[in-house]
Amino acid sequence: MISEGAVWAIFLLPVGALAVNALVVRLFLNDRPSLAMFTIVAALGAAVVLSVWTLASVIENGTHIFDEYTWLTVGGVELRFGLMVDSLTAIMLVVVTSVSLMVQVYSHGYMKGDPGYVRYFAFMSLFSAAMIGLVMAGNIIQLFVMWELVGLGSYLLIGFWTHRPAAAAAAKKAFLVTRIGDFGFLLAILYLFFNRAAFMEQGLDPLSIADIQAAAPLITSGAMAALGGLGLTWVAVGIFAGAAGKSAQFPLHVWLPDAMEGPTPVSALIHAATMVAAGVFLVARFFPVFEASTEAMAAVALVGAFTALFAASMGLVMKDIKRVLAYSTISQLGYMMAALGIGAYGAAIFHLFTHAFFKALLFLGAGSVNHATGTFDMRYMGGLRRIMPWTYALMMIGSLSLVGIFPLAGFWSKDEILGYAWKGGSVVEMAVFLMLAVSVAATAFYTFRMMYMTFHGQFRGGVEAEEKEQGIPAEDSHGGKVHLAESPWVMVAPMAILGVGAVAGGYLVNPQSGLLGIPVHWFSEFVVPPVVEHGKALPLNSMLAAVTTIVALGFIGLATAMYVKGKRVDPGVEKAVEPVRRTVEAKYYFDELYEDKLVVKGFYGKLGGFLEWFDQQVVDSVVDAAGWFSRNLGWAFGRLQSGQAQFYGVGITSGIVVILVAYLVWG
Amino acid sequence: MDLEKFLVLSAIIFAIGLYGALARRNVITVLMSLELMFTAVILAAVTMSRYVASREALAQTGVATESVLQTLLTGQVFALFIIVVAAAEIALGLGIVIAFYRSRETVDISQANLMNR
Repeated sequence: MISEGAVWAIFLLPVGALAVNALVVRLFLNDRPSLAMFTIVAALGAAVVLSVWTLASVIENGTHIFDEYTWLTVGGVELRFGLMVDSLTAIMLVVVTSVSLMVQVYSHGYMKGDPGYVRYFAFMSLFSAAMIGLVMAGNIIQLFVMWELVGLGSYLLIGFWTHRPAAAAAAKKAFLVTRIGDFGFLLAILYLFFNRAAFMEQGLDPLSIADIQAAAPLITSGAMAALGGLGLTWVAVGIFAGAAGKSAQFPLHVWLPDAMEGPTPVSALIHAATMVAAGVFLVARFFPVFEASTEAMAAVALVGAFTALFAASMGLVMKDIKRVLAYSTISQLGYMMAALGIGAYGAAIFHLFTHAFFKALLFLGAGSVNHATGTFDMRYMGGLRRIMPWTYALMMIGSLSLVGIFPLAGFWSKDEILGYAWKGGSVVEMAVFLMLAVSVAATAFYTFRMMYMTFHGQFRGGVEAEEKEQGIPAEDSHGGKVHLAESPWVMVAPMAILGVGAVAGGYLVNPQSGLLGIPVHWFSEFVVPPVVEHGKALPLNSMLAAVTTIVALGFIGLATAMYVKGKRVDPGVEKAVEPVRRTVEAKYYFDELYEDKLVVKGFYGKLGGFLEWFDQQVVDSVVDAAGWFSRNLGWAFGRLQSGQAQFYGVGITSGIVVILVAYLVWG
Repeated sequence: MDLEKFLVLSAIIFAIGLYGALARRNVITVLMSLELMFTAVILAAVTMSRYVASREALAQTGVATESVLQTLLTGQVFALFIIVVAAAEIALGLGIVIAFYRSRETVDISQANLMNR
């Protein structure tokens, strides 16, 4: 049984690292920047140990809910904070702390010599602390605060290279787009708050996460009539809006590809493994609420599956290696959302778990490639497999895991989701299955297109060729240089450790048969908390797994034919699909739709135009009328002042007469 | 005592004075009109004091006591005061008229318009 202090320590260690890095190292020891890295690595190393201890304790004793402290009292409502450590939290803690630790070690190599080295690690500490605080929050307000701090960390790290306008714009875009989703989340919280009477009748706290989970079945059964089924659906939809913003689900997906402007380890940690998984975590956290509403579940499933397919299609044509991975991330998050939507709770978290390892690995690999070539544009890479054998081998493991090739981690989690969709017979589940199955093919193609363009063929000149050919202005330059060599061990070693996770993380935690003393379907059984009705483990559907593997291999073969053997598609066909390719390359014009149509025309043009009209016509008219009235009144009184004493005397006399008459008549 | 007759006479004199003060353009006429209004007020004051004193005397069985005498004298003292003030006022007013005439070479009151500045 783990103590409360030990769980708090997981959160407080990176907070301490933030304080030390920001207040001590950055101010007084800036000439010894590696201290910043050692601070956070020590803090996170201890946090990993404590997280594993927490996990062991949860396995043994079940969910821990630690006494909540009263934070403040407003009008009879108490805002409390505390810790809720269930199996989901325990798993997330292990994933967040371990992937974060690997990324920090890697960053030491990647960020070496950067003038913002200490600031980088301070921001990383802030982000890690916020993410850890998020997964163990016991109160929805506490969770929301951490949620926003995670957004802040993301903003600071995307815009880390503040001198580059593209980075600043991407940071702003990420913050604003996720904000839209957060607003939905906030509305859901407010809805719960305004219906607190219904909770209090049942002796529940409307803001405690455990109590919200407990309330969901009561609402369905009609015991809390004030908060009927429709209200529950709105709460679920609001929470999902927040989750869709953070997890870059359609139509709020536009920020994630742009977020690749940040340093690559940031992309690996925040935009692949942890923060974007926070959306999936949020839906899982409030899963009983979703389970109680069929409409909300269908919405989550369809949005997730559509995002999986939609993002994968854009991954097919991207030229930037990090953008391919970014779209791949959106697509895989879509898988997780779709899995949650069809009730496959265990499978969704299992995929989150495996994805965290192989996607972090792939991003770190992309950073390693960038370290050698100075660019992210795959058109200027090529032939790197002989120069960087370690990176090549590790990225190949990550890619195969992403595609879902037996027996790597991704295979087990992805096939569990597909198996779930296949087993259910409803229209929604069939649609989800079809979209996810097509995404498998697209995933196989874009992943191996990326691998071949990067590592096979001849080297095409790196950043020097890119800047010459594209005419990139100096202020937008990443400042990279070509030095073709394998990255230092401090970068390769974390990748290798993540590679182990990408290989073994699937079968070992969720075996199909008893092996090494690990129970069958341990993960899927363990991670589903008792409040969740569905989503327990499912035996592997070997037929389905065989079919998806064949499809994946087929599309790997297609990629091989096109990018290794150099076979071109028939020119007629190529011409016919040209408009399609153009549309996809332009990301379906979503950036144009949002920025030009929605923001420039809609917001600035229509709304701004209306406000300008209102200001100039209505507000200014009122002000002008007040001025006109006073001026003319003054002019009229000014005319009375003739300077003729006799005229004044007439005025006084008539005034007295009026008063006297009035007195006589009414007095 | 015929109260109404005296008061009506007083009102008529006051109205003539008021008209002259507000409507005539010659400053001398205006000053004379002001004197008329003073006269009307004096007449009203003396009339009222005499009337009130006789009412009080009647109430006290027709004997002129100390208090009746006081009431009688109050109005007459007021009349004297007003005559003194009017005399001072007319001396001052004529001084102003002479100064006005010296600067404007006219006694037309409509030329006294410096107050609209």
